[in-house]
Amino acid sequence: MGGREMTDRIADIWGVRTPHAPQQPWPVRVDTMLDAGVSEATVSWVPSVCVLCSNGCGCEIAVADGRMVGIRGRDVDRVNHGRLGPKGLYGWQAANSPDRLTRPLVRRDGVLTESTWDEAMALITDTSRRLLAESGPLSHGFYSTGQMFIEEYYTLGVIGKAGLGTPHMDGNTRLCTATAAAAFKENFGSDGQPGSYTDLDVTDAIFLYGHNMAETQTVLWARILDRLAAPNPPVLVCVDPRRSNVADAAEVHLPIRPGTNMALLNGLIQQLIELDAVDHDWVAAHTIGYDDLARTVAAYPLDKVADICGVPAADIRRAAEIFATAPSVMSTVLQGVYQSNQATASACQVNNLHLLRGLIGRPGSGLLQMNGQPTAQNNRETGAGGDLPGFRNWDNPEHIEQLARLWNVDPLKIPHWAESTHAMQIFRYAEQGSIRLLWIVGTNPAVSMPDLARIRRILADERLFVIVQDCFPTETTALADVVLPAAMWGERTGTCTNVDRTVHLSDKAVDPPGQARSDLDIFCDYAKRMDLRDRDGNPLIGWHDAEGAFAAWRECTRGRPCDYTGISYEQLRGGGVQWPCNDAHPDGTERLYTDGVFPTAADECETYGHDLLTGAGVSPQQYALLDPAGRAILKTAHYQPVDPTSGDYPLALTTGRTVYHFHTRTKTGRARQLNDAAPGPWIEVSTADATQLGLAEGDLALVETENGAVRLPVRVGRGRPGTVFIPFHYGTWDDSDELPRAANELTDTVWDPVSKQPQFKLAAARITRLGPGAQPTPAPANTASAPAKPEPSLAAGAGGPRNGGA
Amino acid sequence: MHLATYVGLLHGGEGTLADAYDMIRAGHAEEKEVARTCRLLAAQCREHVAMLAPIVERYGEHHETAPERLHADTLPSTRTGGVGLLRDLQDLLLLATLVDCTWTAVYQAAQALRDHGLIAAVRSCQPETKIQLAWLTTQLKAAAPQALLVAK
Repeated sequence: MGGREMTDRIADIWGVRTPHAPQQPWPVRVDTMLDAGVSEATVSWVPSVCVLCSNGCGCEIAVADGRMVGIRGRDVDRVNHGRLGPKGLYGWQAANSPDRLTRPLVRRDGVLTESTWDEAMALITDTSRRLLAESGPLSHGFYSTGQMFIEEYYTLGVIGKAGLGTPHMDGNTRLCTATAAAAFKENFGSDGQPGSYTDLDVTDAIFLYGHNMAETQTVLWARILDRLAAPNPPVLVCVDPRRSNVADAAEVHLPIRPGTNMALLNGLIQQLIELDAVDHDWVAAHTIGYDDLARTVAAYPLDKVADICGVPAADIRRAAEIFATAPSVMSTVLQGVYQSNQATASACQVNNLHLLRGLIGRPGSGLLQMNGQPTAQNNRETGAGGDLPGFRNWDNPEHIEQLARLWNVDPLKIPHWAESTHAMQIFRYAEQGSIRLLWIVGTNPAVSMPDLARIRRILADERLFVIVQDCFPTETTALADVVLPAAMWGERTGTCTNVDRTVHLSDKAVDPPGQARSDLDIFCDYAKRMDLRDRDGNPLIGWHDAEGAFAAWRECTRGRPCDYTGISYEQLRGGGVQWPCNDAHPDGTERLYTDGVFPTAADECETYGHDLLTGAGVSPQQYALLDPAGRAILKTAHYQPVDPTSGDYPLALTTGRTVYHFHTRTKTGRARQLNDAAPGPWIEVSTADATQLGLAEGDLALVETENGAVRLPVRVGRGRPGTVFIPFHYGTWDDSDELPRAANELTDTVWDPVSKQPQFKLAAARITRLGPGAQPTPAPANTASAPAKPEPSLAAGAGGPRNGGA
Repeated sequence: MHLATYVGLLHGGEGTLADAYDMIRAGHAEEKEVARTCRLLAAQCREHVAMLAPIVERYGEHHETAPERLHADTLPSTRTGGVGLLRDLQDLLLLATLVDCTWTAVYQAAQALRDHGLIAAVRSCQPETKIQLAWLTTQLKAAAPQALLVAK
């Protein structure tokens, strides 16, 4: 039985409709792929979870003769009911790619050379010890990922925070999900996704802010499409400067000017108040800060907001009326907010809208402040990144004591004199030469960080000792001093948690290739070789395998909002479970805040909060005066106009993810179907701008910003005039062209003052036509990158029209 | 009546603080967050200066020039490196603290005068000054260990 005959997720991204009305369960539809010639009868199935977007679809890996040979969605799984998207269905094939890293590499005489684990680890620990002796732990930085498992993150977090004592730990989660966490902390006192995907099955209205769900979480979008195809569908409102598939399905599409989210959201709150839709009794009982909020948003009347955002006032009004009158509302938020101007302040206003109507913790009403990556939530929970484990508050001495007792270390060993150092600052310290060892795990900053010329310069600097732990050679491993070959998904065991708090177990299905080792084994080996010990002289890392690490993590979460104490591997083998799961909630918890009580009590909260305009920290004393005591905190800021465009650089450049690829394509670029569907980057230009610039579909264009230049084929698309778009996936590893093509050659080093998330959605660019292209523009035609003028010759998902002037 | 002296101190102090933020922004352009927020705060101080205009008109302003008297000096220049940034943040903190406590003194006088306009001006501006102080403190706390222990 050939998989490709069974399911085609390239042309048919979301699959056949299985309509269902509200209150009816979402029907099961199992998507399967098996290698050609493999019979379903001869394979064994290993339970896992897809890690190629943040949705977290339960799946099973098909194994035959010690090899991965296919995949299928798990029918019993609460997240996907059997479905898989394009990346899930095809991406697993990367594991069998011939160019996996299989041996440690060490730079000798300037060249990365094959080595042994002993030699590579000795070089790492010698360097580590020398730097610790010379400069102490502040010389060490860790830049990890949104792709590891809980067990690996937690182990790394304990090594860094209790073993070495460095605050310089962050993940690429800073680029994708930091704002989701920050907004929850500001409004609700702690991180923690309040909603459930099941809310989408019953809701009356869905607001998608800067969230092209049709491409970024295709299975979640299929869930909505199945509602739209049935009686009593939800009403959709889409905020996105691009004409995405979400926009096509929406009753109201607000293609706002990039950078103006905050004006729109303050305006929507002003409208909600004007429409008298605020649930004042609920607000009085469950929130603080209403008067200040109402005073601030009074400065955002409809016409002014329409003018700032560049969309019709009537459309904003209609969106506000939908929010004001729908019996239940779900809101989802993603990078169009998180990676733009005033990210945290804007994401907080989405939370505020729900608080003002009390639309939270009820079936059909809630928030999905989406994550960008499959295990991003776990980096936030476990302390491998910029937060302390178990959503603990760095400014609360009792929380530090809890960790010190748990790890049996001196509380002062745990860096807590300030918030952990965020990724952008870690690279700044490396640039200045004060961080001298940077350990990069499962991420590719040489393509994914802003202003790549600068990032390359930092990583190539001889003063910086760079360790890169990955599965494939990347643009970043090329700049490393030591490369450690890591096991991929399916080659190691671990757990992860998605956007609706569903924890999944991914069991090891096959052995890693060559000498590649799991991230957990590598971290444990480092801890052992460094002889990291607690204050009684016992090994700091007291576990040796994934289940042992999970047991340690469970203890760390006891009594915290993300309580895992009731979860076991055995339970997870039966399907995903939503935290908190403990003695009181042995089967998990579908949604948070059902009683309108939030973790804002001073002894419970994860942060005392920040001023949303500047990021200034709120002191413990100020927080005590506020005394939220379980009430949510309504807060806002004024809109701060930023228009980077100028006469020289007149276009607003946004960047983003597209449907067939994930991140820098280390995996998806090695899956034939996905690569063929979108083999190269492009720049999307509106018809109006194309006319003005003399650009035609398929032309080659030079795109420049103050930071760099790239050469890209042109897609004349359906976006907002004045705004152009480039997908961020494409680096240089599979590119023979000498001219750069990565979107982040162009982006600027700017970040949000609260979440510290970089601003990838707002750069100023200019475009010059270079001439006709030799090939059609390789942009999908069935997504937001669809051409403005569809032509019959366009095959769905198979690149652009064959009229590129060849 | 010495209110004019304090109005002058405030009016001048906000202007000086705005210039200082601009200077730090230009001198530490590579510290992206510091530079960006300093631009915002300089504009905020200039709004305060504008809001003080009718107050100055009403009470006049007297500027102390003698060095032994209290007045806010502009920063001579910015420093470089991690420790330089720390010192410059400290200078900003001192200037902002002077502005803050001057607002406090003026607020006390405004209440005794029952001057609704002046009371409103203080209530509008001083909370922003306090957030400026909190921001500078947040930056200082984060930057100090690296600057003092490992910076080159």
